Amino acid sequence: MTELVNAQHLGLAFSNRQVLKDLSFTIERGSMTSLIGPNGVGKTTLVRLLIGNLQPTEGQLVFNPDKQKLNIGYVPQFRNLEAEYPLSIRSFVSLNQLDSHLPWKSRKERQALDQILEQTHLTALQKTTVGNASGGEKQKAYLAQALISKPDLLILDESTASLDIETKEEVMALVAELNREHGLTVIFVTHDLELARKYTDQYLFLKRGQYEAGPMSQLDPNLELD
Amino acid sequence: MLTFDFMRHAFVASTFIAITCGLIGVFVVARNMSFLAHTLSEIGFAGASFGVFMGIAPLNGMLLFTLLSSITIGQMSAKESRREASISAISSLFVGLGILFLSLSNRNASYAINILFGSIIGISLADVYQLIILSGAIMIGLLIFYRYLVFDSYDPIGAQAQGLKTNLLSIYFLILLAVSVSIAAQIVGSLLVFILVTIPAFIAKYLAKSVPGMLAISVATALLGVWLGLWLGYLTNWPVTFFIATIEFGFYFIALLYHRRISR
Repeated sequence: MTELVNAQHLGLAFSNRQVLKDLSFTIERGSMTSLIGPNGVGKTTLVRLLIGNLQPTEGQLVFNPDKQKLNIGYVPQFRNLEAEYPLSIRSFVSLNQLDSHLPWKSRKERQALDQILEQTHLTALQKTTVGNASGGEKQKAYLAQALISKPDLLILDESTASLDIETKEEVMALVAELNREHGLTVIFVTHDLELARKYTDQYLFLKRGQYEAGPMSQLDPNLELD
Repeated sequence: MLTFDFMRHAFVASTFIAITCGLIGVFVVARNMSFLAHTLSEIGFAGASFGVFMGIAPLNGMLLFTLLSSITIGQMSAKESRREASISAISSLFVGLGILFLSLSNRNASYAINILFGSIIGISLADVYQLIILSGAIMIGLLIFYRYLVFDSYDPIGAQAQGLKTNLLSIYFLILLAVSVSIAAQIVGSLLVFILVTIPAFIAKYLAKSVPGMLAISVATALLGVWLGLWLGYLTNWPVTFFIATIEFGFYFIALLYHRRISR
C-alpha cells in the first residue's frame, strides 16, 4: 500500500486553546480507518484540517498526490433537508457533478451517474424524492453524491449516528464493499466502536493531549468512549 | 392587439422579464429567500420613489437601491433566528422612505400606484431595450455559475463540504436577485413581485423532481401568466397585474392539489 496522507507532528491551536498537539499518523491508500475519541477531543477539527478548511499551526500534512490534485469527498454529519425537499435522489446525487459549466449533463456524466447509483444500490430508488426517502436511503444518497466526484479519500463524519442498527450495518456494508471492490480509501469518524471494529482495519484514537494509532486488531477490546 | 406599439413593447418586455423571473425564482425558493425577495422589492419601491424625486428613471433608482442594499440585507437576515425581525424592520424603513421621497417629489398618487402595482402598458422602446439587456445579463450570470448555484441552493451543507465558496456564491446570487426584483417590479409592481419571482417557482417545486424540470415549469407558468394577463388586460381594460396574479394563483392552486394527491 502507498501513503495517501502523512501527518507529521501536526498541531492546531486557537487563540487560547490547543486542540491538537504533536499528532503523527499515516493513511494508506485503500485502507479503512476509524477516527474515534470522546466528544470535544478534536475529531471534527482534524477532519477540517484534512479537507483544507483549517490550516495546522504546527507540523504538516503531506498528501500524495499533493493537495491540489487529491480529491477528498466529505459526507458531513448533518443535512437540513426538509420533508418537502423536491429533488429526486438522482438529481440530488448529480449536484456534485461540477466538471462542466454546461447546464445539461453530457452522456458521459449520465453514465457516471448511472454507475454510482448502481454501486450504491440506489438505481431502483433514483426517482424517489430525497424528502420521501428513509434515513438509510438518504445516507446512501449523501454517500453517492460524495462519490460522484471520484474522490481519492472519503471522509464519513458520524454518518451512521442517527440510523437504526440495521440501517447502520447496511450503510457500512456498502462502504466496505466500495473499499473492497474499488479501492476507496475511507476515514470513518464515529463513536460506534462495534461498527468501527467490524468494518475498518485501522484506527486513530484521539484522547485529550494524546493519541493512539494502529491496526484495528490492536485496539483495546475493553475500550469504551464517553 | 399587437398592431399597437405599446402592446408590442409590453409583450416583448414581459416575455424577457417572465423568463428571467421564472429562472431566478427556482433558486430563490430553493434558498428560502422568498421574503428576502419581497424586502428587496420594498427597497426597490423606495429606490423608484427616490428616482422620481431626483428626476431619474424609477427603474434606475430601483436598481441603485436594491444593488446597494442586497448584500447588507442578505447578511442581516442570514441567521434564521433573526430573519423575520430583520426583514420586518428593513421593510418598514424602506416603505417609509418611499413614501417620503414621493411626498417630497410632489408627484400625484397615480405615480405611487404605478410603482407599487406595475405599469407595463405604456412602456417605451428605450425601456424595453434596457429590460432586455438586464434580463440577458441575469440569464448569462445564472449560466456562468449554473452548477455551483444549483449545488449551493439545493444542498448548501454538501456544497460547503465539497469546498465550494458558498459565501461568494450567496453574494453573487443576491446581486442577480436585486436586478431581477427591479425588473419584475416593472410589470407587476414592487408590492407584488411574488407573483413572478416566487409563485411560478413554487408551482414548479410541486410538479418537478429535477432542477431543469423546475426551471422549465417555472418559466412556462410565468410566461403564460404574463401573456394571458396582457391579453385579458387589453380586452377588458382591467389592470394587467390583477390578471397575472389571478392566473398564477390558479396555477398554484392546481399544482398544490396535484402535489397533495400524489403525496398521499
